[in-house]
Amino acid sequence: MEAVAKPHIDGLCEDKRALLDEIIEQNRERPGALMVVLNETQSKIGYVSVPIQHYIAKKMRVPVGAVHGVVTFYSFFTTEPRGKHTMKFCMGTACYVGGVPQLMEKAKQITGTEIGRTTPDGQLTLEVCRCVGACSQAPVVMVDDEIVGRIKPNKFPQLIKKLLES
Amino acid sequence: MAFYRSHVLVSVDPECLARGAHDIIDALNDELIAQGLIDEVQVLETSRIGDPHRLGPDMLVYPENVHYANLTVDDIPYLVEEHFLKGRIVEKFRAQEKVITDEELGAPKPKEVRVVLRNCGKIDPHNIEEYIAEDGYQALAKVITEMTPEQVIEEVMKSGLRGRGGAGFPAARKWQLCRQVQDNPKYLTCNADEGDPGAFMNRRVLESDPHSVIEGMIIAAYAIGASMGYIYCRAEYPIAVQNLNIAIAQAREFGFLGQNIFGTDFSFDLEVRMGAGAFVCGEETALIASIEGKRGEPRPRPPFPAVKGVWGKPTNNNNVETYAVVPQIILKGAEWYASMGTEKSKGTKTFAIAGDVVNTGLIEVPFGITLREVIYDVGGGIKDGKKFKAIQTGGPMGGCLVEEHLDLPVDYEALTAAGSIMGSGGMIVMDEDTCMVDIARFFMEFTQEESCGKCTPCRVGTKHLLEIHEKICAGKGEPADLERLDELCVEITRNSLCGLGQGAPNPVISTLKYFRHEYEAHIYEKRCPAKVCRALIRFEIQAPACTGCTVCSRNCPVEAISGERRQVHVIDDEKCVRCGICVQVCNFNAIEILS
Repeated sequence: MEAVAKPHIDGLCEDKRALLDEIIEQNRERPGALMVVLNETQSKIGYVSVPIQHYIAKKMRVPVGAVHGVVTFYSFFTTEPRGKHTMKFCMGTACYVGGVPQLMEKAKQITGTEIGRTTPDGQLTLEVCRCVGACSQAPVVMVDDEIVGRIKPNKFPQLIKKLLES
Repeated sequence: MAFYRSHVLVSVDPECLARGAHDIIDALNDELIAQGLIDEVQVLETSRIGDPHRLGPDMLVYPENVHYANLTVDDIPYLVEEHFLKGRIVEKFRAQEKVITDEELGAPKPKEVRVVLRNCGKIDPHNIEEYIAEDGYQALAKVITEMTPEQVIEEVMKSGLRGRGGAGFPAARKWQLCRQVQDNPKYLTCNADEGDPGAFMNRRVLESDPHSVIEGMIIAAYAIGASMGYIYCRAEYPIAVQNLNIAIAQAREFGFLGQNIFGTDFSFDLEVRMGAGAFVCGEETALIASIEGKRGEPRPRPPFPAVKGVWGKPTNNNNVETYAVVPQIILKGAEWYASMGTEKSKGTKTFAIAGDVVNTGLIEVPFGITLREVIYDVGGGIKDGKKFKAIQTGGPMGGCLVEEHLDLPVDYEALTAAGSIMGSGGMIVMDEDTCMVDIARFFMEFTQEESCGKCTPCRVGTKHLLEIHEKICAGKGEPADLERLDELCVEITRNSLCGLGQGAPNPVISTLKYFRHEYEAHIYEKRCPAKVCRALIRFEIQAPACTGCTVCSRNCPVEAISGERRQVHVIDDEKCVRCGICVQVCNFNAIEILS
């Protein structure tokens, strides 16, 4: 185990390791801490890569397989770094009926990037997400942590261009 | 304690003081004495009311909840005579309330009764004192100091409250089962993993009235004998998580949570656990696994969570709405609650209405209201004067109901009998422009992706259902596909492990039943009657209507539209990807969809 994990751990830079130590230390005593630690890691580091999974497994004394199993089960955890901004397209029923598929087409065309990928300059990641519960404002996209609702197709390109430039 | 029929709260914030709030208070008291009302009306001081930029002093009069502003000492005799002696509200002194537009939760519509949503948008969720001012934590005090756990269960039993998560199991029965298990410690979980697309009732309650859920949980914990509780909230609701954490900290500070609540030997604490985007975690055994830090996969029941739940200990799991209503039942009595609703479904239910209705948003209505009343009276009817086609209730495990069901009373049994479910309370209204095959495909895409993969009927079955729908929508459907769908639906429903798989075929079953002709049009005529399925439609610009404004060609993502300015434009069918943007942007309705 140790031998496999080591090269991966070395792939983590110092400040990430310190941050992970802090997260694990704060939650170690809680029952069922793994989910809490992974959620914190996802929100503070932005992704849970394989080296991070190895590091968490070793520190928390759980099998790497268990950590990997949890990470891949939940769609909120990503294993790759995201772009500077993230645009999530709500795929709730109201948004689907309300025109989100058309917005996705437009976004793909403007960025030249497929849904689920990041633009080559690392500026913007396009994703779909589950219903964010803002159905009365459909169609909705989430820009980083903010909900943008009642999007008009003709105003949408400006929104994307702003994200690509800022 | 002296009893007053009316209370006057005069704002004494610095602004109002500067404008003579104390003089107003003195004048009020003098006038009340003069008119002999001083034993009936109490004048009190309060902090800021309403808009700070208003010309003060402001006052609120209860129980009418009338807000007067811009008063001077000279107005007081007239006000006292009119309002307190003659009982007439003096309109000319009334403050002009700022119109607050809340897109989710407007003012109550005629047929609404707000029990769960009563405080939403009214109190500050970050301030426990505002909740307390609305009788908050009174029910808890009553329960802990005056009632035995058995009496609490008895009271909730009499109210007829059923689990609001969807299955509708009587809440008090669940509590009783958990209480009877001889094992300690016991746990309480709150299912706030509101994953149904189109449902956001729980989010709103958690965000704007978190204390009602917390109070309900403490009461339930007392009834069951639980010592620790978890609120499992989905990661898509960051504000709900934040507000819950603030509320829990405040409740702890006030001694409602923690050791020796109200000085008794009852102790209980709460923690929020965040999900991470797995729909199946709304299933109770999966939710428990997720709280334990594992993959959120369901397991067979029995043993039920009441026997073996979190960490293998007895656990009671209820929905947000179920807990939120408990304090009101305790406070106002089981009879009051049971007086609303139908014979088997008591009380009120919140629904999230979305889709093609005029008023989208949250509503709370008593059980027994008809779908027609929900759509037309509360929802304001179908948008843009179009025709009603279907209403999908209960989220992705629910079914689509049609015109003939509109006069059904909404309750657990009636919806199930009609082929749908109550579910958590999402209602998506669809107009004539919706393709039902496409909607069924959309729901299968959802369940196929959210299937946890543990049992084969759900994992493989939903995938097949999705593939057949994709085939039909792509215009490649075969006659035998309909039989295959029928058969698959039966198998998946019968053999799946948990509610997700068992309910997954519901949207397909109901659309096959009520919209079989649409499936047939797709398969036999290669035609999409609602003009939605891309492979079966094409776009054409109608020459007389086209003004050559170039809006469509500028917005087309694939440059399929050509034409000179002020000349009729043409769509190149080869290049067109049928995204429909041109139809949306055209100001002259010149683009027609053909199928």
